Amino acid sequence: MPAKRRELLPMALLWGAGIATILILVIILAYILAHGLPLISWHFLTTNPGVRGQQGTGIYSTIVATLAVTGVALLIAAPLSVGGAIYLNEYTRETLLRKVIRQAAEVLAGIPSIIIGLFGFIFFVIYLLPYTGGWSVISGGLTLAFMVLPISLRVSEEALKAVPAELREGSLGLGATKWQSITTVVLPTALPGIVTGLILGAGRAIGETAAILLTAGGALGLIHSLRDPCCPMTLYIYNILTEYNDTTTAYGTAAVLIIAILAITFITDWQMNRYTRKLKGL
Amino acid sequence: MSADPEISVKNLNLWFGNFQALKNISIDIPKNAVTALIGPSGCGKSTFIKTLDRMNDLVDNVKFTGEVTYKGRNILDSDTDVVELRKEIGMVFQKPNPFPKSIFDNVAYGPRVHGVRKKTNLNEVVERSLKAAALWDEVKDRLSESALRLSGGQQQRLCIARLLAVEPEVLLMDEPASALDPIATAKIEDLIYDLKKDYTIIIVTHNMQQAARVSSRTAFFLLGECIEYASTIDLFERPEDKRTEDYVTGKFG
Amino acid sequence: MATTPDKTLQRPKAREASERLIQIILLLCAISSIFAIFLIIIFVFSQGVPFLIEAGPSFLTGSVWLPADSFAAGVWGIFPIIVGSLLVTVGAIAIGAPLGIACAVFLAEIAPPAIRRVLIPSVSALAGVPSVVYGFFALLVIVPWIRGQFGGFGTSVLACWIILSIMILPTIISISTDSVRAVPKEYKEGSLAMGATRWQTIRSVLIPAASSGIVASVILGMGRAIGETMAVLLVAGNSVTIPVSVVAPVSTLTATIALEMNYATGAHQQALFAIGVVLFAFILVLTGLANVASRRRVTA
Repeated sequence: MPAKRRELLPMALLWGAGIATILILVIILAYILAHGLPLISWHFLTTNPGVRGQQGTGIYSTIVATLAVTGVALLIAAPLSVGGAIYLNEYTRETLLRKVIRQAAEVLAGIPSIIIGLFGFIFFVIYLLPYTGGWSVISGGLTLAFMVLPISLRVSEEALKAVPAELREGSLGLGATKWQSITTVVLPTALPGIVTGLILGAGRAIGETAAILLTAGGALGLIHSLRDPCCPMTLYIYNILTEYNDTTTAYGTAAVLIIAILAITFITDWQMNRYTRKLKGL
Repeated sequence: MSADPEISVKNLNLWFGNFQALKNISIDIPKNAVTALIGPSGCGKSTFIKTLDRMNDLVDNVKFTGEVTYKGRNILDSDTDVVELRKEIGMVFQKPNPFPKSIFDNVAYGPRVHGVRKKTNLNEVVERSLKAAALWDEVKDRLSESALRLSGGQQQRLCIARLLAVEPEVLLMDEPASALDPIATAKIEDLIYDLKKDYTIIIVTHNMQQAARVSSRTAFFLLGECIEYASTIDLFERPEDKRTEDYVTGKFG
Repeated sequence: MATTPDKTLQRPKAREASERLIQIILLLCAISSIFAIFLIIIFVFSQGVPFLIEAGPSFLTGSVWLPADSFAAGVWGIFPIIVGSLLVTVGAIAIGAPLGIACAVFLAEIAPPAIRRVLIPSVSALAGVPSVVYGFFALLVIVPWIRGQFGGFGTSVLACWIILSIMILPTIISISTDSVRAVPKEYKEGSLAMGATRWQTIRSVLIPAASSGIVASVILGMGRAIGETMAVLLVAGNSVTIPVSVVAPVSTLTATIALEMNYATGAHQQALFAIGVVLFAFILVLTGLANVASRRRVTA
């Protein structure tokens, strides 16, 4: 049948596109992990980097730095995004305000990280120097918060939207106040979705470099306070690649990052599936 | 005893935007009895009972005039505490809506929200309410299981138990059995019959036989008006208005 | 509960006040995104716009970039850098869009469930890989390959095209897949019922119907490509000249900022902010286009 035969090429191309996408991921992951996994050892993870990017040392302080800036970012972004999502979904209708806020979040999400880094530099490092200590964990973390906020806002809003209206009616009908209904019925029900949003936001913070480049300082020492400069893993990879051409340590660090990101991807995908299925079974 | 009515409605009008959903309703609801509201779809029965616990407030663009007197005050006043009102006048919905929590936590929800904390008190309230809702025997061994695992009929009785736990005076039921199978429906009707000695019940139903079975007074609604309101026997056997007669004899519906 | 006094049904002032307070706090949280954008614009623009004004249009059209601490001592022309950004973006789209759209169609219409279970997490994983890791991979794999095949340093336009096209795949795939899935089933069924083949249905019915979403995804992909910094920084070569061939080095707005910010002072630093303003302008235009595109939906 000629029609079927003419189908063959386009179908093959479409299949090829799908398989190619998977292959691209596999190749990149395999390459990094193959070179980097052997380097990961307890010593690697718990020793600080040596001076001048000495080989054979570890990445402990960079792991701490990554966790610290991510923690600061989440600390600020979580209440703002969850609170904002609650306001948008529970206290407003489809008004202009809601559309403007949603649009603003989208614009914010689209701003290139280097520009957010420029902002972070001039605002946190320079302008707020007395409070942040200049290039520091807190400057980097607060800057990252600007990038985490739109993601967790969007996911939290969707999680809240998925809670059926009958639950709210049921709660109000029993004489609960609006805020009580939110805290005792709506939020607990939406919690898995909200947490997923925060994890996704954390993933963004963990993988971010450009904004960190301009705000965190890059010092390799283990941080003792939030006002110390620091060097998260992503920045470390960049620095040792460009300054010392130390590809070995870079592989190791990249491998650790990849594993963290993969874990986040799997957990969030799995959780989102569970959450939507649980609510549909209602 | 034909004492003071529990709820006295006078000249109630309600609009959703420009659409008038309730036209000049005046009804007295007697205490400790079951009052049924019947009528075709869209005639305003649900809107009416949702006015009684101010649940219509949740809809945009709603306006109302008139008086609904309960315990000596007009609950339509803007300075009424609707939260407290809904404790005393509670509602069961058409589709059971248990919270995605355990059976125990569902029933304990109301008391907890109103400040009851001690475990012993909660246990007592939960058991009492589940017994009153004729559900205790079926669930007493699995109180910590998710409420979503119950059957439709059980979920509806759970919702009733949940309501009873806050100790209301009035129960509003919006077609409580329409989503259930006949056996579950029969159980709900028996329950309503039992509950009326302690509570004032208003039930909206599509099912005329159901109204005839459980209620002592019935109101027939049509297009937002209350056409006729009488004792159930009178309304069904000796309707005064032709439209009532047409409806109860099945000429339209 | 027999004879509760009337007062219990009176609105309590205290509870009302605290509920009102909570609502205000939540409102403040909600406006934080708007507030954030204003902050960013105010501070970045306050540094960059005065410089732009002082430098005039020759900033955008000049081809020589010789920054210095004081305005007078430097030559401020970023035309090659603008060209560089646009060039890498166009190439990334040229490669990434067809691949991404094809993959999206595959995912939405053809992939069997087993493949879908692998492909969907794969797209999420691709989205999650940090940009510096992409750059790292490109530097160690793609750049040497280009060097081997074509000579030169390997850090080039081509390297940017390849790695950026991979990086924008998740954006294009996820949005396009949603768009294709959102096409009403009746369109597809109608076409198949007339005897059209699957491909014909996809090509003539589904893709056109999903076109507004697909176009929006491509525009968003462009936004990602033009805004990407780290990967480009590592493999572009960063020489401020208009590339003469695809294997010549190139400089982008993002990489220039990142590279020079660490040692720039005075007027140079402000010039970098000015570049940020230019980049911001590009992004706003693209975001606006994406919105217009996705609003023009095909109605049933």
